[in-house]
Amino acid sequence: MPETKPVLMQGNEACALGAINAGVRFYAGYPITPSTEVAEQMAARLPEIGGVFIQMEDEIASMAAVIGASIGGMRTLTATSGPGFSLKQENLGYAIMAEIPCVVVNVQRMGPSTGVPTAPAQGDVMQARWGTHGDHPIIVFTPASVYESYYLTIAAVNLSQKLRQPVIVLLDEVIGHMREKVTIPEGKLMVEKSSDKVPSDWKPYDEKGLTPLVPFGFGHYYHVTGLFHDQYGFPTGDPPQVERALDRLHNKLEKYRDEIVLTNYIGHKEPRVAIVTYGCTVRSARAVVKKAYWQNRLPVGLLSLQTVWPFPAKEIEALAKQADVIIVPEMNMGQLVGEVERYARGEAKVVPLNRYDGEMISPDQISEEVGRWL
Amino acid sequence: MEQLTQDFLRTKKLPHIWCPGCGNGIVTAALVRAIERTGFDQKDVVIVSGIGCSSRAAGYLNFNTLHTTHGRALAFATGLKMARPELKLFVIMGDGDCSAIGGNHFIHSARRNIDLNAIIVNNHIYGMTGGQHSPLTPTGKKATTAPRGTLEPSFDLLELAKGAGATFGAKGNAAQPRQLEQLIIRAANHKGFSVVEALSPCPIAYGRRNKLGGAVDMLRDMKEKSISVEKAANLDEAELKDRTVNGVLYAIDAPEFAESYYHSIGKEIG
Ligand SMILES: Cc1ncc(C[n+]2csc(CCOP(=O)(O)OP(=O)(O)O)c2C)c(N)n1
Ligand code: SF4
Ligand SMILES: [Mg+2]
Repeated sequence: MPETKPVLMQGNEACALGAINAGVRFYAGYPITPSTEVAEQMAARLPEIGGVFIQMEDEIASMAAVIGASIGGMRTLTATSGPGFSLKQENLGYAIMAEIPCVVVNVQRMGPSTGVPTAPAQGDVMQARWGTHGDHPIIVFTPASVYESYYLTIAAVNLSQKLRQPVIVLLDEVIGHMREKVTIPEGKLMVEKSSDKVPSDWKPYDEKGLTPLVPFGFGHYYHVTGLFHDQYGFPTGDPPQVERALDRLHNKLEKYRDEIVLTNYIGHKEPRVAIVTYGCTVRSARAVVKKAYWQNRLPVGLLSLQTVWPFPAKEIEALAKQADVIIVPEMNMGQLVGEVERYARGEAKVVPLNRYDGEMISPDQISEEVGRWL
Repeated sequence: MEQLTQDFLRTKKLPHIWCPGCGNGIVTAALVRAIERTGFDQKDVVIVSGIGCSSRAAGYLNFNTLHTTHGRALAFATGLKMARPELKLFVIMGDGDCSAIGGNHFIHSARRNIDLNAIIVNNHIYGMTGGQHSPLTPTGKKATTAPRGTLEPSFDLLELAKGAGATFGAKGNAAQPRQLEQLIIRAANHKGFSVVEALSPCPIAYGRRNKLGGAVDMLRDMKEKSISVEKAANLDEAELKDRTVNGVLYAIDAPEFAESYYHSIGKEIG
């Protein structure tokens, strides 16, 4: 594929560009630092290409509008940060339940509450998993660079469409605002158009498995609701049907697990000390591995998680069998470390490394911890 | 009463969940007849609803139907209308759904003057949750959460909408379903944000507690109090006390949001 010249771009801009290149033509949002650039990019670009940009009255409405537009057949995205992400939760759950595709970007800032709006943090990892009520499945990507912000947004849009499942892109203030050179591959991306051309026995929630969403307005009359529903979308409270419907939501993620769960390992083949992290903290960890392994050949490695939910359990299990110690640096008080511990199953010692003062975890901090266990 | 168009009803989903004597069925039937009279293509019609007894109507209507979250129906509808401006959207909401939790979306839909037809089934109470007061419960009336009568003043929903920018406002009631049907037709044919407030009896969660009698009494009272806009024009304030003015209260010509947006990006709708 021919490549264009590298361009200097911000993570938030890359996210917006990824969305547009993946066929997103509808954006609804409400301004909030540090995510506003995504909205501003969309406001500038979408009208030029026949898309819809709308600034809604709040984040609840933004989430609702995005779902409404998806049901109309558009690819949609909304971006926000902590307080706005909290407001989106009820309707996010609706989209999961009703199986309406959409992408929600949360550029994390320091919380709780209004917190430090301009300071980076990774405090919304558990909220991204469990923010909306009920036993729901969710997909969450955590880009660690401007380029990852671009391509993980594309992956989010496509997976969301394919699985009829909302996908969260969990950026952080560092990646969102950082400028990096990125090379965007040229050429047209394949964007499948949603269509009304479906078999006559099409059902919106077919018990036999996933069916494509047929947008409203094409003469396929069905019901969409946040209530538990049967395969035609009509409410049901019948226990076996309820159970089946909830299994259905989880099963589709399990079935496509390998397309969803993205991780990357660098470093020693048989590490004694491994680092597991995600988002902007990957950058500091990478610097540590460069020095410890590439320069000094120490048995150190880094498993970076582009997907944090569904949790990369298999990958952690395998890593724990090799490493003696797994260090989990996070810019929070310890969120994903609990999952790592759970899937390490006692095979490796799991050590949290946390920072929550609104500053990044430095390579020195990580390397000091690594040194302690070598 | 004449037969409803079976095509527009999901007869297999009946009987409905509403209590005997509930006005929701009457309002829903008026809506169905109105849609039929507009001559809209069935595939272009979308019913959006919030959460509440009245919002369950969506499930019984054979169109593309979207039963959303409590208070948010207009926000969902805004997204859908902007994505597919050629569709005809009817948004059914309860009084609580529309004016309490959904109040923000209501005023902003009005402000945008987006072409949605809001049908508010005003039974003056939270029916589904068993009779709590809503912003449209008249002062002094009792509710489970206002056992001694609510002290709060209520909204004048149509004035609120007008102040916020709505360009069509009409009031009808379940006791005069033919008129209600006509009002919905006019709302549907109006370009811009249309509000139809339909007074509707909830004998179970409102009437009983306030000693308003059964459904028949409530409907009779509704009819007796109602006075048309035309007749009301000749009466003074004192004469209009305790009366509800029915009919089209305003119909204003103003730019519609979806059309303005598509025009601004050089695209034709449809
Ligand atoms: C976020 C949220 N809060 C509360 C509820 C509970 N709830 C369901 S319906 C309803 C009120 C319904 O009253 P109204 O809108 O007047 O509709 P009606 O049942 O009277 O037709 C409430 C409070 C809910 N479903 N969601
Ligand atoms: S509670 Fe009231 S509004 Fe709800 S179905 Fe019964 S009568 Fe109708
Ligand atoms: Mg009510």
